[in-house]
Amino acid sequence: MLEWMQELPLQFIWFSIFVILLCGYAILDGFDLGVGMTHLLTKGDENRRLMLNSIGPVWDGNEVWLVTAGGALLAGFPDVYATLCSAFYAPIMILLAGLIFRAVAIEFRSKQPMAWWRWTWDLLFFLASLTISVGLGVTLGNLIQGIPLDPYKEFTGTLEMLLNPYAFLVGFLTASLFALHGAIYALMKTEGTCHEMIRKRINPLMITFILLYAITTMATLIYQPHMLKAIQERPIFFLLGIGNILAIANIPREITKGRDDLAFISSIANILFLMALYAVGTYPNVIRATNAPDTLSLTIYNSSSSPLTLSILLLIAVIGVPLVISYTFCIYWIFRGKVKLDSHSY
Amino acid sequence: MDVEMLARVQFAVTIMFHYIYPPLSIGLSVFIVAFEAIYLKTGQERYKLDAKFWTRIFALTFAIGVATGIVMEFEFGTNWASYSRYVGDVFGSALAAEGVFAFFLESGFLALLLFGWDRVGPKLHFFSSVMVMLGAHFSAVWIVVANSWMQTPAGYHVVGEGLSARAEITDFWAMVFNPSSMDRLAHTLLGCWLAGIFLVISISAFYLLKKRHIDFAKDSLKLALGLSLVILILQAVSGDRSGRVVAEHQPAKLAAFEGLFHTQTGAPLTLIGYVDPEEQTVHGLHIPKLLSFLSFHDFDAEVKGLDAFPQKDWPKTALLFQTYRLMIMMWGAMLLLTLWTIYLWRRGTLFQSRWTLRALMLSVAFPQIANQMGWFSAEVGRYPWIVYDLLRISEGLSKSVTANQILWSLIMFTIVYIFLFLVFLYILNEKIQHGPQSGSPEPAYHQIKKVINGEEK
Repeated sequence: MLEWMQELPLQFIWFSIFVILLCGYAILDGFDLGVGMTHLLTKGDENRRLMLNSIGPVWDGNEVWLVTAGGALLAGFPDVYATLCSAFYAPIMILLAGLIFRAVAIEFRSKQPMAWWRWTWDLLFFLASLTISVGLGVTLGNLIQGIPLDPYKEFTGTLEMLLNPYAFLVGFLTASLFALHGAIYALMKTEGTCHEMIRKRINPLMITFILLYAITTMATLIYQPHMLKAIQERPIFFLLGIGNILAIANIPREITKGRDDLAFISSIANILFLMALYAVGTYPNVIRATNAPDTLSLTIYNSSSSPLTLSILLLIAVIGVPLVISYTFCIYWIFRGKVKLDSHSY
Repeated sequence: MDVEMLARVQFAVTIMFHYIYPPLSIGLSVFIVAFEAIYLKTGQERYKLDAKFWTRIFALTFAIGVATGIVMEFEFGTNWASYSRYVGDVFGSALAAEGVFAFFLESGFLALLLFGWDRVGPKLHFFSSVMVMLGAHFSAVWIVVANSWMQTPAGYHVVGEGLSARAEITDFWAMVFNPSSMDRLAHTLLGCWLAGIFLVISISAFYLLKKRHIDFAKDSLKLALGLSLVILILQAVSGDRSGRVVAEHQPAKLAAFEGLFHTQTGAPLTLIGYVDPEEQTVHGLHIPKLLSFLSFHDFDAEVKGLDAFPQKDWPKTALLFQTYRLMIMMWGAMLLLTLWTIYLWRRGTLFQSRWTLRALMLSVAFPQIANQMGWFSAEVGRYPWIVYDLLRISEGLSKSVTANQILWSLIMFTIVYIFLFLVFLYILNEKIQHGPQSGSPEPAYHQIKKVINGEEK
């Protein structure tokens, strides 16, 4: 079995699995983060609790996608993992602190009735979600631009280099993407006054996202021309861009018609198209070396584990990932429908 | 402090804090399954309440376990990048298996366990609790396998030289079943169960002291004491086996545990005492030939001393000697307390003996100290190796990370973790004070709030 598997294009397959895990994280924890960023838009304790409990049963599990994506990266592409984590030291530490504070805020807010108490944790929930989203986006923005590397695959730049305008632009885009995604999720999961409050305030979120999307696209076309090469060479990929625009355009259409679940599916498609555009643009590089892109970049081919390890990993994924997806689906199915507060709620 | 020391301290702080929680989750998951099974069998509502209560405590330990566990995972890359490059090919498959098979299972079904009481039938709910238990145990399996590979590497070969050298896997199952993994896994899981058992004992004793939820406390205490006795006996067997694995595969570590400076046959065991590194002797209470017997089941076996290894590679024996003994003493304390409590219960005087109940309440610390000291000994005893006999700690560091970066993140984590620990105690106390009765866990405020809101409108 393992001998046969070693003939496959393992690096490509395993990188695809890694991207699937990352997409899983963006789609699932994306709406948790979005609810965290937008729950302040609703007023009144009851509505805030509805927002929080719409992600109540699932946010913890959604975070696991990031853990597994990290494990998959270490296993399949140890060099990428090592360079990425040590280069993005500060953003990762802040991201980790954000994840801790989010967990604390969710667990803590409903433990005392005082208004100031709940406001404090609501604010922390918002800030933690915002920090995580921007942090992820800044990292992604830097991966698009690339970072300086030495021949031993080590980062040679400084923290200041990572904090550049383009990276922050992608950071804000990511935050607005998740905020919109989370707001649509909340629309789908709530009813009554809470639902109306979000519905009234969703337009500014949508406009912010579309503006940032347009600016980021322009900035990428002008300043990151290497992202276009693959699309120039294989025009078929241009369809991804078209698909992305259509998915975005469909969101307000479905919301106007009151079909929140279809709007949410469009939002998922939006995230998938964005991830696909990123993957197509950077492939086969994972970490682009700005100082010598052709020789020093870490590609999925020069930084992977051995064929034997990749085939073992593939076997683990082939058995495990379908299982995970099917029972995750079942669990979401059991919790389908509008969220209601009961004795188990936060 | 230099980069190496700071990185080691940071890892120690974050892993020791993290390791408070997973053992509690693993141990509690067994109780949840047990009470739900009894509930399914007898149909008595009180067992459902028992299960619900322990589920709420589980949710708390799990949430903090995940939040602090993510830190561990990324720390491999942030602070130990060279280590990650070197072992990723071997270590990574265990870690990926952990994510795919364990974490998803645990966190996915936890949603049903916590929020699904009214949404799924009792059988499916029981199934969820079994899945959560399995997930919790699988996560221990893979991480202990990965760590054991660092103690007794097997199933790999080294490819490349100098800076680009790395270990590559040659035989997955030889890696998984490396010489120490199964013994260490058993030892770790037994330790985790003890952590859960003594949390249950402690909370039950608290209720008995306060004369609250008496039935619940007796149910829980009875199950916990019975399990405790069995697990402690098994832990003695497992401890003996783990000790012999160390003697065979990591002789320098054993010598450091025992403060044995000179190789000798018929080596004595020091029960209590202290190591004088200057004089290279151990002062204390010795039992002749016992160390040889325990290590090799032969009173006259030769035990390697530290003098068999270069002095610069000696682990910190004066410290390890004590941490190792503290672990064993905690085992003794748990055993004595369990036997004493069972004796009093049988005589019928347990619930009047306030001192015993107080001791039981504090006993939650015993397995925690034992677990922390056991891991501390295992990890510090591996010095100077990050992968035994293969890669030195100093070679595993991130080359592009400076001491300042590690220092500020260490300070940040210390502050965040102190805060997190206070939060944990606060919520735990909240849940314990509320107790296992039926109805909503935080009824008062929300209902009052609703009434007030209603009136205002």
